[in-house]
Amino acid sequence: MSDAVRETVRDKVVAILAEQAALEPTAVSMEASLGDLGIDSLALVETIFSIEETFDIEVPFNANEPEKSDFDISTVASIVRAVETLVAART
Amino acid sequence: MPRSPQHPRGGRRVVVTGQGTINALGRSAPETRAAMREGRLGIGPLAFQDVDRLSIQIGGQIRGYDPEAHFSRQELTLFDPFTQFALLAAREAVAASGVTFADPGRAGVVLGTSGGGLQTQDENYRLVYQEAKNRVHPLVVPRLMNNAAASQISMDMKIEGPTYTVATACASSNHAMGQAFQLIRSGMADVVLTGGAEAMLCFGGIKAWEGLRVMSRDGCRPFSLNRNGMVQGEGAAVFVFEALEHALARGANIIAEVTGFAMTSDASDIVTPNREGAVRAMRGALADAGLAGEAVGYINAHGTGTTVNDKTECAAVREVFGAHADRLMISSTKSMHGHLIGGTGAVELIACLMALEEGVIAPTIGYELPDPDCDLDVVPNVAREARVDAVMTNAFAFGGLNAVLVLQAWR
Repeated sequence: MSDAVRETVRDKVVAILAEQAALEPTAVSMEASLGDLGIDSLALVETIFSIEETFDIEVPFNANEPEKSDFDISTVASIVRAVETLVAART
Repeated sequence: MPRSPQHPRGGRRVVVTGQGTINALGRSAPETRAAMREGRLGIGPLAFQDVDRLSIQIGGQIRGYDPEAHFSRQELTLFDPFTQFALLAAREAVAASGVTFADPGRAGVVLGTSGGGLQTQDENYRLVYQEAKNRVHPLVVPRLMNNAAASQISMDMKIEGPTYTVATACASSNHAMGQAFQLIRSGMADVVLTGGAEAMLCFGGIKAWEGLRVMSRDGCRPFSLNRNGMVQGEGAAVFVFEALEHALARGANIIAEVTGFAMTSDASDIVTPNREGAVRAMRGALADAGLAGEAVGYINAHGTGTTVNDKTECAAVREVFGAHADRLMISSTKSMHGHLIGGTGAVELIACLMALEEGVIAPTIGYELPDPDCDLDVVPNVAREARVDAVMTNAFAFGGLNAVLVLQAWR
């Protein structure tokens, strides 16, 4: 994946999270957790839906066992990495 | 129990004199009880159009069901599957009970459903949106409406009293049966056919649920540490609720007595269950029945198999029952028949009646690993023989709407 593509993925994921959190994208730090951003369980499923629609990918996430999903939602950075992996697998 | 016709907390006493069902476990109440006794799994691969486009492909589907074996072509034009299931269950219940509706204005039908004629909607939206058809069948509306099943039963049985549908998502059937109890108790009706029906196993029905990320791809394992979500089912169950004096006057076989009912709203979150709301509903039902918690031998849990529901429900049971929580049995039969959404409490009442009448407690199957957050006697995997005098059945719906019934043995 080129740096340019990586940057785009990151910016788009941050934009999605920022919208769910009702924050400016600049206020979303890569170290923040969903809890830090105030994203609750309903906002999380909306976030995943937006990610799937934006990148045309299937996100393997079950709210009953978030730790078991390949999709790591612990921080903004981990979500960005997980999306990068799924986007890379798609192409 | 003395044969007073009066409920100790006011109004008339109400008994169950008939039961009928069709679901993934069986085509009748006796078949369903037998499956529950054996701990049989009714969940398997789903079969319907476009199932390959779903990420969730399992459910408690009724296998080998042939509508034309039960209904005429004209009837099927008007009967969505949820109506068909409700009618079959109602006919079985009425036949088993032997009740007649000689005074039709004193009889009613109160059914629960969440999706109503969802398959009819799904099929017809497909026609107009996907296949670009410009017209749909003229009887789509009377087929899809949520009250279609209740109305068709009232027409089929010539029942002319209070007839309506209750829609409170996963608590619909419990709310409906609670309403039927109150109608008879208050004197508004003598006999009410009540329960619920759901037929949500179609592409659109499951597709909508997938988005919530609460469904399991591999099985329903309530209370088990490795549970990973709910699995849907379909079908119906209908019961004959009758005023005690009416049942005794006609020499009816009494299966059990309905003694308590309560409903509460969490007023907190649209999907996440709330312990306090559940606690208030269970306490309210016990108070309505005039029972101490210690009298309850079995609870049919809401037990959806999601992480959050099961641990919240167990915590609520501990809060309500205290030390007795370690003595009572609690199981989720959704592990066998799946979650029938608006029809689920009705099918689960079959397990409650079996417990009271036969002393057989239906198991929670698929139980693999103990969860410290669900450390109650969940009757894992194998049915148990135990005499119980009172049972409770829980339903805690999306929307935070809770409905709990208490029933007692008739001896």
